[in-house]
Amino acid sequence: MPAAAVGECRVEMSSLRLADVMVVAPVGRVDHATAGPFERALEPSLAPSVSPGALLLDLSRVDYISSVGLRVVMTAAKQLRSRQARIAAAGLQPLVREIFEIARFNHVVELFPTMREALQALSAPALAAFDATAGTGAA
Amino acid sequence: MKRVRFWGTRGSLPVALTATDVRAKVANAVRGASGRTFASDDEVNRYLDGLEFHAAATYGGHTSCVELETGSGEYVLCDLGSGVRPFGQAALARHGIGSPQTYHVFLSHLHWDHIMGLPFFMPAYFKGNTVRIYGGHPNLEAALRRQQEKPSFPVEMSIMGAALSFTRLETDVDHQVAGMTVRLLLQRHAGDSYGYRFSSGGRTVVYTTDSEHRLDDPQETARFVELFRDADLVIFDAMYSLADAISVKADWGHSSNIVAVDLCHLAHVRHLCLFHHEPVYDDATIDRVLAETRRYEEISRTGAPLQVSAAYDGMEIDW
Repeated sequence: MPAAAVGECRVEMSSLRLADVMVVAPVGRVDHATAGPFERALEPSLAPSVSPGALLLDLSRVDYISSVGLRVVMTAAKQLRSRQARIAAAGLQPLVREIFEIARFNHVVELFPTMREALQALSAPALAAFDATAGTGAA
Repeated sequence: MKRVRFWGTRGSLPVALTATDVRAKVANAVRGASGRTFASDDEVNRYLDGLEFHAAATYGGHTSCVELETGSGEYVLCDLGSGVRPFGQAALARHGIGSPQTYHVFLSHLHWDHIMGLPFFMPAYFKGNTVRIYGGHPNLEAALRRQQEKPSFPVEMSIMGAALSFTRLETDVDHQVAGMTVRLLLQRHAGDSYGYRFSSGGRTVVYTTDSEHRLDDPQETARFVELFRDADLVIFDAMYSLADAISVKADWGHSSNIVAVDLCHLAHVRHLCLFHHEPVYDDATIDRVLAETRRYEEISRTGAPLQVSAAYDGMEIDW
C-alpha cells in the first residue's frame, strides 16, 4: 500500500504491509484536534478486506497522545481482537510510553522498543520482509 | 465560595480499613521511627508529615458527600452518600437541636451509594430544620422515600421532623440557590446523572461524578468543557484507568484520571480533585494514581499548570 498523508489534521501517517502485518506510522501530536483524522486514516488498515494478522503502530515519531487518541487505539484493538488479530506498538518515545502506562494501555497493546523486536514477536514472514526492505526507507 | 469539605469520597460502596490494614500502617511508621526520639507532639507530627499519605493516613471509605461552604449561613451539600452521617453529627454538635438550620442538597443521581446516608442524617429528624433537596431527576422524592420503606429500613421518611422539599431543576439554565448560581448538565450514566456548576463570589466549583465520557463525540466534549470553563475547582469521578473505562468497564458510567486532566486543560481549570475512588483500591493505590495523574498533567500541559489532588474523607480545600 502506498504511503498516505493526512495533512488536514497535522498528523501525517504512512502505512505499509509486511507479509501479514500492517504497519502504520503516525507523526506528531495525537490529541483532540487530530484524533478524528487519525482514526479515519487508520480505517483502511483495519478494513476486513485487508485482514491483517497484526497491526503494528510505529510510534517513534509521535511525541504526544491524549485520551481521544488512545480511544482510537482501543477501537482498533477491539476490531482486531474480534478477528483474532494482534495489535502492537514499537519505538515509543519515553513520554508516550509513560502515557500508555499511566492509562494502562500497556495491558491493551503489546509494546516493543524497536520495530524489529516487534516483528520478531509478531510474524516471521513480516520480519523477513522487514529485513529485506531495511535501509530502503519503505517503512 | 470559601471552602469545600469532603465527607465521603469513595465510589459505589462504603469501605473500611481492616485491623490488618491499620496494623501494617502502624508497623511501617514504627520501623521508620526506629532510633528517633520525639520531644513533643509537634515533632511527632513533623515525622508523620514526612511519610507518604497512605503510610500515615487514609483516603477513607464513606460514599459521596461534599459540603460547599458559601458564607451564606446555610449549608450546601452535594449528594447524600454515607458521608452525610458524620456531616450531620458535626452540624448537630455545632448548633445543637434548638437552633434551626437550612440544608440545601444537590443530588447527582439516585443510585444507592449517593442517597444511602439520608436515613442516618440526624438533622432531618428534628423539627425546625429545613432540608431542600434538588436534582435533575423527576422521581427524586419517590426514590428517597422508597429506600426508607419496609422492609429496607425501619424508620419511614414521614417520621422526619424537618421541613423537607424536593425540587427538580432544569438542565442548561441558571438557578439561584443559597446565594449561588447553579447550572446542571445531563451526564452519561445508567438512569442518568447530573453534573453541577456552582458559582458564587467570583469563585466556581464543578461537581461531576458518575459520568462516562465516550470521547468520540466532540459535541459532548464541548458541553463538558463549557461546564468546566475557567473553574477554580473540578471534583471529578476518576474511578477507573482509561483503558478499563473504555473497554471492560465501558457503559459502567464512570471516567478516568486521563480524561479528567484532558478536559480540565481544555477548559483552563485551576484545580482538579480526583473523586469517587474505586472501592477495591487501597490507600497506596490511590496515592499511585494521584502521582501518575500529576505526571500526566505535567506531560500534557500546554498552558497554565493544573493543580491535581485526590479527595479524602475530611479533606478541606480553601480559597
